[in-house]
Amino acid sequence: MPLTLQTFSTVADAGAALKTSGTRYLGGGTLAVRAANEGDLSFSTLVRATDPALAAIAVEGARATIGAGVTMAAVAAHPDLAAIGKAARAVGGPAVRNQATVGGNLFAASPYGDFTVALLALDATVHAGGGAVPVEEFLAGRDGFTGIVTAVSFAMPRDGAFRFLKVSRVKPKGVSVLSIAAAVEEDGDGRVSAARIGLGCMADRPIRAKAAEKALVGNRLTADGIAAALAVAGEGTTPPTDSVASAWYRAEVLPVHLKRLLLAR
Amino acid sequence: MAKVPVQFSLNGSEKAEFVDSGATLLAVLRGKAGDTSPKGGCHQGTCGACSVIIDGELRLSCLTLAETCDGAEITTTAGLAEAGVLHPLQRAFMDGFAAQCGFCTPGMLMAAKALLDRTPNPTREDVVEAISGNVCRCTGYEPIIQAILAAARANSHNAA
Repeated sequence: MPLTLQTFSTVADAGAALKTSGTRYLGGGTLAVRAANEGDLSFSTLVRATDPALAAIAVEGARATIGAGVTMAAVAAHPDLAAIGKAARAVGGPAVRNQATVGGNLFAASPYGDFTVALLALDATVHAGGGAVPVEEFLAGRDGFTGIVTAVSFAMPRDGAFRFLKVSRVKPKGVSVLSIAAAVEEDGDGRVSAARIGLGCMADRPIRAKAAEKALVGNRLTADGIAAALAVAGEGTTPPTDSVASAWYRAEVLPVHLKRLLLAR
Repeated sequence: MAKVPVQFSLNGSEKAEFVDSGATLLAVLRGKAGDTSPKGGCHQGTCGACSVIIDGELRLSCLTLAETCDGAEITTTAGLAEAGVLHPLQRAFMDGFAAQCGFCTPGMLMAAKALLDRTPNPTREDVVEAISGNVCRCTGYEPIIQAILAAARANSHNAA
C-alpha cells in the first residue's frame, strides 16, 4: 500500500495532521516502518515533526528532561544520564539505538519497551499536548492516545538507588525474555524505605510489581529480607508467550532475576 | 502513486532519484540506485543485513524512509573498496575466512567500519558490542570478531 510521509516543523502542526484517520506518528522508524514493512494497513500516512526541542536533553539540578525524539544512543552517551543510560544501552543493537527514540519506546509492545521499564521505576512523567501525566497512567491509556509525546522527565536517582537488568537469550544483546528496573531507597538503618519496580515482558506493556514493592518496605536487601518480595513478584503479571520465551518460563525466572538484581551491589 | 524527489550522496557520488513515497532506503538503494550491497533480511530491524552508514551513523536501511535522507551522506559496503583496492576490513574478512554464505557480510562490514571510525583500537568487548545487531547463521561469529580485530591491528600498524 502506498505510504505518504508528511513532515512538519512544529509539533502543533504534526498534531493537527494526526487528527486525520489513517495517520501514525513516525519517530525513529523501529516501530512504524517495521509495521509498514509487515503490511500493517491501519495507516497510510506517517507524520513527523522536526522541532529541535524534541531532540533536547536537559539536566537541571536533580531533574532530567529528555525530548521524545532523543535516540537511545544519545541517552547512552550523555555524561549525566549514566543511571538510565544502562537501560538505553540495552535496547537493540548499535544501529537500532541510533534510530530508536525515547518517545517511541513508550509505545512498544512486549517483548520490547525496556527503556520504558526504567522510566516506570523512576516514576517518570510523560509530557504531551502541554500536559503531563505519570508514565504509569500514560501506559494504561496509550492505546487511545492520539497526540504527540514531546518529552519525558524524572528525578535523577541517587547513586546506587537505581538498578536495571535485561535478560535475553542472545548475548550480549537480543530481544528481552524480561527486563527489570528497580529504584530502591534505603533509610539510615539499611532498611528499604521506598521501592518502585518496573517489569518488562510480564504483560503486554511495562508494569509495576506492586506486591513485591510493598513486601520490600521495612526489610533489608538480603536474601532473607527480600524473600517475601520474591514470593509475590509475579502477582498481577500476565506474561506473553512469543518466539523468545513462553509465559511459563517468564513466570518461572522472574523471581530468580529479581533476586539477582536486588542482591547485586 | 506519488513520487518524491530525494538527493543524497552515495559513497561519494551524487544521486538524485524520484522514489515512491514511503519507500524504504533499502528498496531505493537496491532498486533505484543500483547498489545491492545492503541486503533485505528480516525487514524488521532484527538481523542487521541492511545496515548502512548515514551521516557517519550506523543505521538500518529497511527501517529508514528514503525521503528522510534528502541531503544525507550515505556509505554502503559497495563503497568500501577504492579503485579496486579492498578496504582493510574486507581484506581481513577474506584472509580470516569471516564470510561463508556472505549474506550477513555487508552488514557486518558496515558495523565494523562504524566501530573503527570511532574506536580505532577496540577491545574484543567493543567488537562484540559493535556487531551485536548483526545476525550470522554460518560462521559462529568468531572469525568475524577476529577479522575486525585484525583489521584494527593492521590499521594501527600502518598509522604508527
